[in-house]
Amino acid sequence: MTARIQAPSTAKRGEVIEVRIAIQHTMETGFRVDEAGRPIPKNVVNKLVCRYNGTEVFRAEMGSGVSANPYLDFFTVADASGELVFDWIDDEGTTGSERVTLTVS
Amino acid sequence: MLALCAWPSIAARAADVPSDSAETMIVKLTGGKIVSEGRVKLELPLLADNGNSVSLKVSVDSPMTPADYVKSIHLYGPKNPRPNIANFYLGPRAGRAQVTTRVRLGGTQRVMAVAALSDGSFWSGTADVAVTVSACWDAS
Amino acid sequence: MMNALLRFGAAALAVVSLASIAATVDAPIKPQPLKSGLDFSGNEVRDLQQDDFANPGMLWVARGEKLWQEPAGEERKSCASCHGDAPVTMKGVATRYPLIDPGTARLMNIEGRIQQCRERRQHAEPLKYESPELLALTSYVAHQSRGMPLNVSIDWQNRHNFDAGRALYFKRLGQANLSCAQCHQDNWGKKLGPETISQGHGVAYPIYRLDWQTMGSLHRRFRSCLSGVRAELLPQGAPEFLDLELYLAARSQGMAIETPGVRR
Repeated sequence: MTARIQAPSTAKRGEVIEVRIAIQHTMETGFRVDEAGRPIPKNVVNKLVCRYNGTEVFRAEMGSGVSANPYLDFFTVADASGELVFDWIDDEGTTGSERVTLTVS
Repeated sequence: MLALCAWPSIAARAADVPSDSAETMIVKLTGGKIVSEGRVKLELPLLADNGNSVSLKVSVDSPMTPADYVKSIHLYGPKNPRPNIANFYLGPRAGRAQVTTRVRLGGTQRVMAVAALSDGSFWSGTADVAVTVSACWDAS
Repeated sequence: MMNALLRFGAAALAVVSLASIAATVDAPIKPQPLKSGLDFSGNEVRDLQQDDFANPGMLWVARGEKLWQEPAGEERKSCASCHGDAPVTMKGVATRYPLIDPGTARLMNIEGRIQQCRERRQHAEPLKYESPELLALTSYVAHQSRGMPLNVSIDWQNRHNFDAGRALYFKRLGQANLSCAQCHQDNWGKKLGPETISQGHGVAYPIYRLDWQTMGSLHRRFRSCLSGVRAELLPQGAPEFLDLELYLAARSQGMAIETPGVRR
Protein backbone atom coordinates (compact mmCIF):
# COMPACT_ATOMS: atom_id res chain seq x y z
CA MET A 1 0.00 0.00 0.00
CA THR A 2 1.36 3.38 -0.94
CA ALA A 3 1.42 5.63 2.10
CA ARG A 4 2.82 9.08 2.76
CA ILE A 5 3.74 10.57 6.10
CA GLN A 6 4.34 14.18 6.95
CA ALA A 7 6.02 14.93 10.26
CA PRO A 8 8.79 17.31 11.24
CA SER A 9 12.25 15.75 11.21
CA THR A 10 13.41 17.91 14.13
CA ALA A 11 11.63 19.31 17.17
CA LYS A 12 12.31 20.88 20.55
CA ARG A 13 11.71 18.76 23.65
CA GLY A 14 8.14 19.23 24.82
CA GLU A 15 6.99 20.68 21.49
CA VAL A 16 3.60 19.48 20.26
CA ILE A 17 4.13 18.31 16.69
CA GLU A 18 1.57 17.66 13.98
CA VAL A 19 1.69 14.30 12.23
CA ARG A 20 -0.17 13.45 9.03
CA ILE A 21 -0.58 10.17 7.22
CA ALA A 22 -2.30 9.35 3.92
CA ILE A 23 -2.79 5.75 2.81
CA GLN A 24 -3.84 4.59 -0.64
CA HIS A 25 -6.74 2.21 0.01
CA THR A 26 -10.22 1.87 -1.50
CA MET A 27 -11.90 1.48 1.90
CA GLU A 28 -14.43 -0.76 0.18
CA THR A 29 -17.74 -0.35 1.99
CA GLY A 30 -19.28 -3.67 1.08
CA PHE A 31 -22.29 -1.87 -0.39
CA ARG A 32 -21.00 -1.60 -3.96
CA VAL A 33 -21.52 -4.10 -6.73
CA ASP A 34 -19.19 -4.80 -9.64
CA GLU A 35 -20.05 -4.59 -13.36
CA ALA A 36 -21.59 -8.06 -13.25
CA GLY A 37 -23.75 -7.08 -10.28
CA ARG A 38 -21.79 -9.10 -7.73
CA PRO A 39 -21.35 -7.48 -4.31
CA ILE A 40 -17.79 -6.31 -3.67
CA PRO A 41 -16.81 -7.51 -0.19
CA LYS A 42 -16.14 -4.99 2.55
CA ASN A 43 -12.48 -4.22 3.07
CA VAL A 44 -11.40 -1.20 5.03
CA VAL A 45 -8.28 -0.23 6.92
CA ASN A 46 -9.80 -0.90 10.32
CA LYS A 47 -6.92 -0.08 12.63
CA LEU A 48 -3.94 2.24 12.58
CA VAL A 49 -1.45 2.58 15.41
CA CYS A 50 1.35 5.09 15.82
CA ARG A 51 4.14 4.17 18.22
CA TYR A 52 6.75 6.64 19.32
CA ASN A 53 9.90 4.82 20.45
CA GLY A 54 7.74 1.78 21.07
CA THR A 55 4.95 3.46 23.05
CA GLU A 56 1.53 3.83 21.48
CA VAL A 57 0.70 7.53 21.15
CA PHE A 58 -2.23 7.35 18.76
CA ARG A 59 -4.69 4.71 17.63
CA ALA A 60 -7.53 4.93 15.15
CA GLU A 61 -10.32 2.41 14.66
CA MET A 62 -11.95 3.07 11.34
CA GLY A 63 -15.02 1.80 9.55
CA SER A 64 -16.50 2.19 6.10
CA GLY A 65 -17.53 5.71 7.12
CA VAL A 66 -13.95 6.86 6.63
CA SER A 67 -13.31 8.09 3.09
CA ALA A 68 -11.32 6.16 0.52
CA ASN A 69 -7.58 6.80 0.72
CA PRO A 70 -7.78 7.44 4.46
CA TYR A 71 -6.17 10.56 5.81
CA LEU A 72 -5.36 11.23 9.46
CA ASP A 73 -3.89 14.32 11.06
CA PHE A 74 -3.07 14.16 14.78
CA PHE A 75 -0.64 15.49 17.38
CA THR A 76 1.99 14.14 19.71
CA VAL A 77 4.53 15.60 22.12
CA ALA A 78 8.17 15.40 21.00
CA ASP A 79 9.93 14.03 24.05
CA ALA A 80 12.98 12.12 22.77
CA SER A 81 14.79 11.43 19.53
CA GLY A 82 13.75 8.25 17.85
CA GLU A 83 11.21 6.81 15.50
CA LEU A 84 7.53 7.19 14.85
CA VAL A 85 6.32 3.86 13.55
CA PHE A 86 2.94 3.53 11.84
CA ASP A 87 1.26 0.16 11.47
CA TRP A 88 -2.12 -0.51 9.97
CA ILE A 89 -4.23 -3.47 8.90
CA ASP A 90 -7.31 -3.96 6.74
CA ASP A 91 -10.23 -6.41 6.94
CA GLU A 92 -8.41 -8.85 4.63
CA GLY A 93 -5.44 -8.89 6.98
CA THR A 94 -3.13 -6.96 4.68
CA THR A 95 -0.79 -4.87 6.76
CA GLY A 96 1.20 -1.75 6.05
CA SER A 97 3.98 -0.05 7.91
CA GLU A 98 5.99 3.13 7.60
CA ARG A 99 8.42 4.90 9.88
CA VAL A 100 9.94 8.33 10.19
CA THR A 101 12.79 9.54 12.37
CA LEU A 102 12.55 12.48 14.70
CA THR A 103 15.48 14.32 16.22
CA VAL A 104 14.57 16.07 19.45
CA SER A 105 16.90 18.64 20.98
CA MET B 1 -43.04 -16.21 -17.52
CA LEU B 2 -39.61 -14.97 -16.81
CA ALA B 3 -38.99 -13.69 -13.32
CA LEU B 4 -36.56 -10.83 -13.52
CA CYS B 5 -34.27 -10.71 -10.53
CA ALA B 6 -33.22 -7.16 -9.77
CA TRP B 7 -29.86 -6.77 -8.08
CA PRO B 8 -30.42 -4.92 -4.83
CA SER B 9 -29.57 -1.23 -5.08
CA ILE B 10 -26.78 0.15 -2.94
CA ALA B 11 -29.30 1.95 -0.73
CA ALA B 12 -31.30 -1.23 -0.18
CA ARG B 13 -28.20 -3.21 0.70
CA ALA B 14 -26.97 -0.48 3.01
CA ALA B 15 -30.34 -0.49 4.75
CA ASP B 16 -30.10 -4.27 5.21
CA VAL B 17 -27.02 -3.93 7.38
CA PRO B 18 -28.19 -4.52 10.93
CA SER B 19 -26.80 -1.79 13.07
CA ASP B 20 -27.43 -0.11 16.35
CA SER B 21 -28.50 3.49 16.08
CA ALA B 22 -25.98 6.14 17.02
CA GLU B 23 -27.89 6.74 20.26
CA THR B 24 -27.69 3.08 21.27
CA MET B 25 -23.98 3.02 20.49
CA ILE B 26 -23.36 6.09 22.61
CA VAL B 27 -25.24 4.56 25.54
CA LYS B 28 -23.09 1.44 25.19
CA LEU B 29 -19.99 3.61 25.13
CA THR B 30 -20.86 5.61 28.22
CA GLY B 31 -22.52 2.80 30.13
CA GLY B 32 -25.57 5.00 30.46
CA LYS B 33 -23.63 7.91 31.97
CA ILE B 34 -24.70 11.43 31.09
CA VAL B 35 -22.98 13.01 28.12
CA SER B 36 -22.54 16.75 28.60
CA GLU B 37 -22.67 19.04 25.61
CA GLY B 38 -19.57 21.15 25.22
CA ARG B 39 -15.77 21.13 25.12
CA VAL B 40 -15.93 19.15 21.87
CA LYS B 41 -15.71 21.17 18.69
CA LEU B 42 -16.67 19.42 15.48
CA GLU B 43 -15.81 21.26 12.29
CA LEU B 44 -17.29 20.18 8.98
CA PRO B 45 -18.38 22.21 5.97
CA LEU B 46 -22.02 23.34 6.03
CA LEU B 47 -22.42 21.99 2.50
CA ALA B 48 -20.49 18.95 1.33
CA ASP B 49 -19.27 18.93 -2.29
CA ASN B 50 -19.67 15.17 -2.29
CA GLY B 51 -20.76 12.71 0.38
CA ASN B 52 -17.83 10.41 -0.44
CA SER B 53 -15.27 12.72 1.13
CA VAL B 54 -15.98 15.41 3.69
CA SER B 55 -13.17 16.92 5.77
CA LEU B 56 -13.79 16.64 9.49
CA LYS B 57 -11.82 18.20 12.32
CA VAL B 58 -12.63 17.32 15.91
CA SER B 59 -10.93 19.05 18.82
CA VAL B 60 -11.52 18.79 22.56
CA ASP B 61 -10.80 21.54 25.04
CA SER B 62 -8.40 19.75 27.42
CA PRO B 63 -4.99 20.55 28.98
CA MET B 64 -3.79 17.05 27.95
CA THR B 65 -1.70 16.58 31.08
CA PRO B 66 -1.25 13.21 32.79
CA ALA B 67 -3.85 14.37 35.33
CA ASP B 68 -6.43 15.61 32.85
CA TYR B 69 -6.57 14.34 29.29
CA VAL B 70 -8.79 12.98 26.55
CA LYS B 71 -8.78 9.19 26.41
CA SER B 72 -10.75 8.78 23.22
CA ILE B 73 -12.96 10.52 20.67
CA HIS B 74 -15.83 8.69 18.96
CA LEU B 75 -17.43 9.90 15.73
CA TYR B 76 -21.03 9.16 14.72
CA GLY B 77 -22.97 9.78 11.54
CA PRO B 78 -26.52 8.81 12.50
CA LYS B 79 -27.73 8.60 8.90
CA ASN B 80 -24.83 6.37 7.80
CA PRO B 81 -25.51 2.63 7.42
CA ARG B 82 -22.78 2.08 10.04
CA PRO B 83 -23.19 5.09 12.32
CA ASN B 84 -19.88 4.68 14.21
CA ILE B 85 -17.53 6.29 11.72
CA ALA B 86 -14.26 6.09 13.65
CA ASN B 87 -12.75 6.11 17.13
CA PHE B 88 -9.50 7.81 18.04
CA TYR B 89 -7.51 6.90 21.14
CA LEU B 90 -5.28 9.66 22.46
CA GLY B 91 -3.75 10.02 25.93
CA PRO B 92 -1.51 12.55 27.69
CA ARG B 93 1.25 12.10 25.11
CA ALA B 94 -0.97 13.62 22.43
CA GLY B 95 -0.30 17.15 23.54
CA ARG B 96 -3.38 18.36 21.74
CA ALA B 97 -6.73 16.62 21.48
CA GLN B 98 -7.33 17.28 17.80
CA VAL B 99 -7.79 14.91 14.91
CA THR B 100 -8.58 15.69 11.26
CA THR B 101 -9.76 13.12 8.76
CA ARG B 102 -12.10 12.73 5.79
CA VAL B 103 -15.39 10.90 6.21
CA ARG B 104 -18.22 9.51 4.12
CA LEU B 105 -21.65 10.91 4.87
CA GLY B 106 -24.67 9.06 3.54
CA GLY B 107 -26.92 12.09 3.43
CA THR B 108 -27.64 15.39 5.15
CA GLN B 109 -27.29 14.84 8.89
CA ARG B 110 -26.06 16.03 12.25
CA VAL B 111 -22.62 14.49 12.84
CA MET B 112 -21.73 13.82 16.48
CA ALA B 113 -18.50 13.43 18.39
CA VAL B 114 -18.27 12.06 21.93
CA ALA B 115 -15.09 12.43 23.97
CA ALA B 116 -14.21 10.24 26.92
CA LEU B 117 -12.05 12.08 29.44
CA SER B 118 -9.61 10.72 31.98
CA ASP B 119 -11.89 11.71 34.86
CA GLY B 120 -14.57 9.38 33.53
CA SER B 121 -16.76 12.13 32.11
CA PHE B 122 -18.18 12.27 28.60
CA TRP B 123 -18.58 15.38 26.46
CA SER B 124 -20.12 15.86 23.02
CA GLY B 125 -20.30 18.22 20.11
CA THR B 126 -22.28 18.21 16.86
CA ALA B 127 -22.19 19.74 13.40
CA ASP B 128 -24.91 19.85 10.75
CA VAL B 129 -23.84 18.98 7.21
CA ALA B 130 -25.94 19.21 4.06
CA VAL B 131 -24.88 16.55 1.57
CA THR B 132 -25.79 16.89 -2.09
CA VAL B 133 -25.69 14.31 -4.86
CA SER B 134 -24.07 14.61 -8.29
CA ALA B 135 -25.87 16.51 -11.00
CA CYS B 136 -25.24 13.81 -13.60
CA TRP B 137 -25.35 10.05 -13.61
CA ASP B 138 -21.85 8.65 -13.96
CA ALA B 139 -21.46 5.20 -15.47
CA SER B 140 -17.81 5.68 -16.39
CA MET C 1 -16.28 48.08 -68.68
CA MET C 2 -15.88 44.33 -69.19
CA ASN C 3 -12.37 44.48 -67.72
CA ALA C 4 -13.67 46.30 -64.62
CA LEU C 5 -16.43 43.71 -64.17
CA LEU C 6 -14.00 40.84 -64.57
CA ARG C 7 -11.57 42.42 -62.12
CA PHE C 8 -14.40 43.00 -59.68
CA GLY C 9 -15.53 39.38 -60.10
CA ALA C 10 -12.01 38.09 -59.57
CA ALA C 11 -11.60 40.23 -56.47
CA ALA C 12 -14.96 39.05 -55.08
CA LEU C 13 -14.01 35.43 -55.73
CA ALA C 14 -10.69 35.96 -53.97
CA VAL C 15 -12.41 37.49 -50.95
CA VAL C 16 -14.91 34.64 -50.76
CA SER C 17 -12.12 32.05 -51.04
CA LEU C 18 -10.06 33.77 -48.34
CA ALA C 19 -13.13 33.90 -46.11
CA SER C 20 -13.74 30.17 -46.45
CA ILE C 21 -10.07 29.40 -45.75
CA ALA C 22 -10.28 31.67 -42.72
CA ALA C 23 -13.33 29.72 -41.50
CA THR C 24 -11.45 26.41 -41.56
CA VAL C 25 -8.41 27.77 -39.70
CA ASP C 26 -10.62 29.22 -36.94
CA ALA C 27 -9.08 29.13 -33.54
CA PRO C 28 -11.10 27.16 -30.96
CA ILE C 29 -13.92 29.17 -29.45
CA LYS C 30 -12.62 29.97 -25.99
CA PRO C 31 -14.58 30.99 -22.94
CA GLN C 32 -13.62 34.42 -21.65
CA PRO C 33 -11.91 34.59 -19.25
CA LEU C 34 -10.36 31.11 -19.03
CA LYS C 35 -11.07 29.70 -15.58
CA SER C 36 -9.82 26.56 -13.86
CA GLY C 37 -12.30 23.97 -12.64
CA LEU C 38 -11.27 24.97 -9.14
CA ASP C 39 -13.11 28.26 -9.61
CA PHE C 40 -16.33 26.26 -9.86
CA SER C 41 -15.57 23.93 -6.97
CA GLY C 42 -16.39 24.21 -3.29
CA ASN C 43 -13.83 25.04 -0.61
CA GLU C 44 -13.33 21.39 0.25
CA VAL C 45 -12.16 20.48 -3.24
CA ARG C 46 -10.05 23.62 -3.53
CA ASP C 47 -8.36 23.06 -0.17
CA LEU C 48 -7.65 19.44 -1.01
CA GLN C 49 -5.98 20.25 -4.30
CA GLN C 50 -3.91 23.07 -2.89
CA ASP C 51 -2.51 21.04 0.01
CA ASP C 52 0.16 18.79 -1.48
CA PHE C 53 -0.05 16.36 1.39
CA ALA C 54 -3.80 16.15 1.75
CA ASN C 55 -4.31 15.96 -2.04
CA PRO C 56 -5.24 12.29 -2.56
CA GLY C 57 -3.91 12.47 -6.12
CA MET C 58 -0.41 12.84 -4.73
CA LEU C 59 -0.60 9.21 -3.62
CA TRP C 60 -0.65 8.30 -7.30
CA VAL C 61 2.17 10.73 -8.06
CA ALA C 62 4.15 9.09 -5.24
CA ARG C 63 3.47 5.67 -6.72
CA GLY C 64 4.46 6.98 -10.15
CA GLU C 65 7.75 8.14 -8.72
CA LYS C 66 8.43 4.60 -7.52
CA LEU C 67 7.32 2.98 -10.77
CA TRP C 68 9.56 5.34 -12.73
CA GLN C 69 12.53 3.58 -11.14
CA GLU C 70 11.22 0.03 -11.45
CA PRO C 71 12.72 -2.18 -14.16
CA ALA C 72 10.09 -3.81 -16.31
CA GLY C 73 9.70 -6.18 -19.22
CA GLU C 74 12.18 -8.33 -21.05
CA GLU C 75 14.61 -5.48 -21.29
CA ARG C 76 14.54 -5.02 -17.49
CA LYS C 77 14.65 -1.31 -18.17
CA SER C 78 12.91 1.29 -16.07
CA CYS C 79 11.62 4.63 -17.32
CA ALA C 80 14.66 6.12 -15.59
CA SER C 81 17.02 3.93 -17.64
CA CYS C 82 16.23 6.02 -20.73
CA HIS C 83 14.63 9.15 -19.34
CA GLY C 84 16.78 9.75 -16.30
CA ASP C 85 15.55 12.11 -13.63
CA ALA C 86 11.89 12.86 -14.32
CA PRO C 87 11.75 16.31 -12.67
CA VAL C 88 14.39 17.34 -15.21
CA THR C 89 13.58 15.38 -18.34
CA MET C 90 9.79 15.44 -18.07
CA LYS C 91 9.54 19.14 -17.22
CA GLY C 92 7.41 20.81 -19.87
CA VAL C 93 6.52 17.57 -21.61
CA ALA C 94 2.84 17.58 -20.65
CA THR C 95 2.41 21.09 -22.06
CA ARG C 96 2.81 19.74 -25.58
CA TYR C 97 0.36 16.86 -25.41
CA PRO C 98 -1.59 15.50 -27.19
CA LEU C 99 0.73 15.51 -30.17
CA ILE C 100 1.37 13.63 -33.39
CA ASP C 101 3.71 10.74 -32.74
CA PRO C 102 6.36 10.92 -35.46
CA GLY C 103 6.73 7.13 -35.55
CA THR C 104 3.09 6.34 -36.21
CA ALA C 105 1.82 9.71 -37.49
CA ARG C 106 -1.08 9.35 -35.05
CA LEU C 107 -2.37 11.61 -32.35
CA MET C 108 -1.11 10.51 -28.99
CA ASN C 109 -1.67 11.60 -25.41
CA ILE C 110 0.55 10.95 -22.40
CA GLU C 111 -1.20 7.67 -21.57
CA GLY C 112 -0.62 6.54 -25.14
CA ARG C 113 3.03 7.53 -25.01
CA ILE C 114 3.57 5.58 -21.79
CA GLN C 115 1.75 2.56 -23.21
CA GLN C 116 3.89 2.74 -26.34
CA CYS C 117 7.15 2.97 -24.39
CA ARG C 118 6.06 0.08 -22.25
CA GLU C 119 5.22 -2.17 -25.17
CA ARG C 120 7.80 -1.21 -27.76
CA ARG C 121 10.80 -0.23 -25.70
CA GLN C 122 10.49 -2.05 -22.41
CA HIS C 123 8.77 -5.05 -24.02
CA ALA C 124 6.59 -5.25 -20.96
CA GLU C 125 2.94 -6.01 -20.47
CA PRO C 126 0.72 -3.22 -21.70
CA LEU C 127 -0.84 -0.93 -19.13
CA LYS C 128 -4.60 -0.44 -19.35
CA TYR C 129 -6.43 2.81 -18.90
CA GLU C 130 -7.51 3.36 -15.29
CA SER C 131 -5.01 0.77 -14.08
CA PRO C 132 -3.22 1.97 -10.93
CA GLU C 133 0.11 1.85 -12.77
CA LEU C 134 -0.92 3.88 -15.82
CA LEU C 135 -2.67 6.45 -13.64
CA ALA C 136 0.38 6.67 -11.41
CA LEU C 137 2.85 7.13 -14.28
CA THR C 138 0.62 9.57 -16.17
CA SER C 139 0.08 11.64 -13.03
CA TYR C 140 3.78 11.60 -12.24
CA VAL C 141 4.77 12.73 -15.73
CA ALA C 142 2.10 15.43 -16.02
CA HIS C 143 2.89 16.62 -12.50
CA GLN C 144 6.40 17.58 -13.62
CA SER C 145 4.79 20.31 -15.73
CA ARG C 146 2.53 21.61 -12.98
CA GLY C 147 2.21 25.39 -13.17
CA MET C 148 3.44 25.53 -16.77
CA PRO C 149 1.10 26.81 -19.49
CA LEU C 150 -0.44 24.37 -21.89
CA ASN C 151 1.04 24.93 -25.34
CA VAL C 152 -0.14 22.62 -28.11
CA SER C 153 0.12 23.80 -31.68
CA ILE C 154 -2.39 23.12 -34.42
CA ASP C 155 -0.71 22.65 -37.77
CA TRP C 156 -1.13 20.72 -40.98
CA GLN C 157 -0.34 17.43 -39.23
CA ASN C 158 -3.07 17.52 -36.60
CA ARG C 159 -5.49 19.87 -38.31
CA HIS C 160 -7.92 17.08 -39.16
CA ASN C 161 -7.81 15.85 -35.54
CA PHE C 162 -8.55 19.37 -34.33
CA ASP C 163 -11.48 19.72 -36.74
CA ALA C 164 -12.89 16.33 -35.73
CA GLY C 165 -12.49 17.22 -32.05
CA ARG C 166 -14.24 20.53 -32.54
CA ALA C 167 -17.07 18.91 -34.48
CA LEU C 168 -17.57 16.44 -31.63
CA TYR C 169 -17.50 19.26 -29.09
CA PHE C 170 -20.42 20.96 -30.78
CA LYS C 171 -22.34 17.79 -31.61
CA ARG C 172 -25.54 17.06 -29.71
CA LEU C 173 -25.34 13.58 -28.19
CA GLY C 174 -27.42 11.09 -26.32
CA GLN C 175 -30.99 10.94 -25.14
CA ALA C 176 -30.51 14.32 -23.51
CA ASN C 177 -29.38 15.63 -26.89
CA LEU C 178 -26.74 17.87 -25.39
CA SER C 179 -23.36 18.88 -26.73
CA CYS C 180 -20.24 19.67 -24.69
CA ALA C 181 -20.58 23.28 -25.81
CA GLN C 182 -24.09 23.70 -24.49
CA CYS C 183 -22.90 23.17 -20.92
CA HIS C 184 -19.25 24.14 -20.94
CA GLN C 185 -19.25 26.94 -23.49
CA ASP C 186 -22.72 28.48 -23.26
CA ASN C 187 -23.61 27.85 -19.62
CA TRP C 188 -20.45 27.67 -17.55
CA GLY C 189 -20.92 29.38 -14.20
CA LYS C 190 -24.59 28.44 -14.07
CA LYS C 191 -26.09 25.73 -11.88
CA LEU C 192 -26.89 22.19 -12.90
CA GLY C 193 -28.66 20.82 -9.89
CA PRO C 194 -26.41 21.54 -6.92
CA GLU C 195 -23.31 21.83 -9.08
CA THR C 196 -21.84 24.84 -10.86
CA ILE C 197 -20.95 24.04 -14.47
CA SER C 198 -17.25 24.44 -15.20
CA GLN C 199 -15.63 25.43 -18.49
CA GLY C 200 -14.61 21.81 -18.98
CA HIS C 201 -10.83 22.09 -19.30
CA GLY C 202 -8.49 19.12 -19.18
CA VAL C 203 -5.47 20.80 -17.62
CA ALA C 204 -5.77 19.14 -14.20
CA TYR C 205 -5.88 15.55 -15.41
CA PRO C 206 -5.51 12.83 -14.23
CA ILE C 207 -7.69 13.95 -11.34
CA TYR C 208 -8.81 12.56 -8.02
CA ARG C 209 -12.56 12.75 -8.35
CA LEU C 210 -14.47 12.54 -5.06
CA ASP C 211 -17.33 10.94 -6.95
CA TRP C 212 -15.07 8.15 -8.19
CA GLN C 213 -13.25 7.89 -4.86
CA THR C 214 -10.12 7.35 -6.91
CA MET C 215 -7.85 8.81 -9.55
CA GLY C 216 -9.14 8.86 -13.13
CA SER C 217 -8.15 9.86 -16.64
CA LEU C 218 -9.56 12.60 -18.87
CA HIS C 219 -11.10 9.92 -21.08
CA ARG C 220 -12.90 8.52 -18.07
CA ARG C 221 -14.30 12.00 -17.47
CA PHE C 222 -15.50 12.11 -21.07
CA ARG C 223 -17.28 8.83 -20.40
CA SER C 224 -18.88 10.35 -17.30
CA CYS C 225 -20.28 13.19 -19.38
CA LEU C 226 -21.48 10.82 -22.08
CA SER C 227 -23.33 8.76 -19.50
CA GLY C 228 -24.76 11.97 -18.09
CA VAL C 229 -26.38 12.80 -21.42
CA ARG C 230 -27.31 9.14 -21.90
CA ALA C 231 -25.10 8.63 -24.90
CA GLU C 232 -23.16 5.51 -25.79
CA LEU C 233 -19.80 5.40 -24.05
CA LEU C 234 -16.64 5.13 -26.09
CA PRO C 235 -13.68 3.29 -24.55
CA GLN C 236 -10.74 5.19 -23.15
CA GLY C 237 -8.13 5.70 -25.84
CA ALA C 238 -10.73 5.94 -28.63
CA PRO C 239 -9.62 8.16 -31.54
CA GLU C 240 -12.67 10.37 -31.00
CA PHE C 241 -11.54 11.01 -27.42
CA LEU C 242 -8.03 11.83 -28.57
CA ASP C 243 -9.38 14.31 -31.10
CA LEU C 244 -11.55 15.85 -28.40
CA GLU C 245 -8.57 15.98 -26.05
CA LEU C 246 -6.69 17.96 -28.70
CA TYR C 247 -9.55 20.38 -29.18
CA LEU C 248 -9.75 20.88 -25.41
CA ALA C 249 -6.01 21.45 -25.21
CA ALA C 250 -6.14 24.11 -27.92
CA ARG C 251 -9.11 25.69 -26.15
CA SER C 252 -7.20 25.70 -22.84
CA GLN C 253 -4.07 27.15 -24.43
CA GLY C 254 -2.10 29.14 -21.88
CA MET C 255 -3.76 27.65 -18.81
CA ALA C 256 -1.51 26.20 -16.14
CA ILE C 257 -1.30 22.46 -15.75
CA GLU C 258 -2.63 21.44 -12.32
CA THR C 259 -1.96 17.70 -12.17
CA PRO C 260 -2.90 16.09 -9.85
CA GLY C 261 -6.24 17.89 -9.76
CA VAL C 262 -9.05 17.27 -7.29
CA ARG C 263 -12.64 17.60 -8.40
CA ARG C 264 -15.97 16.60 -6.93
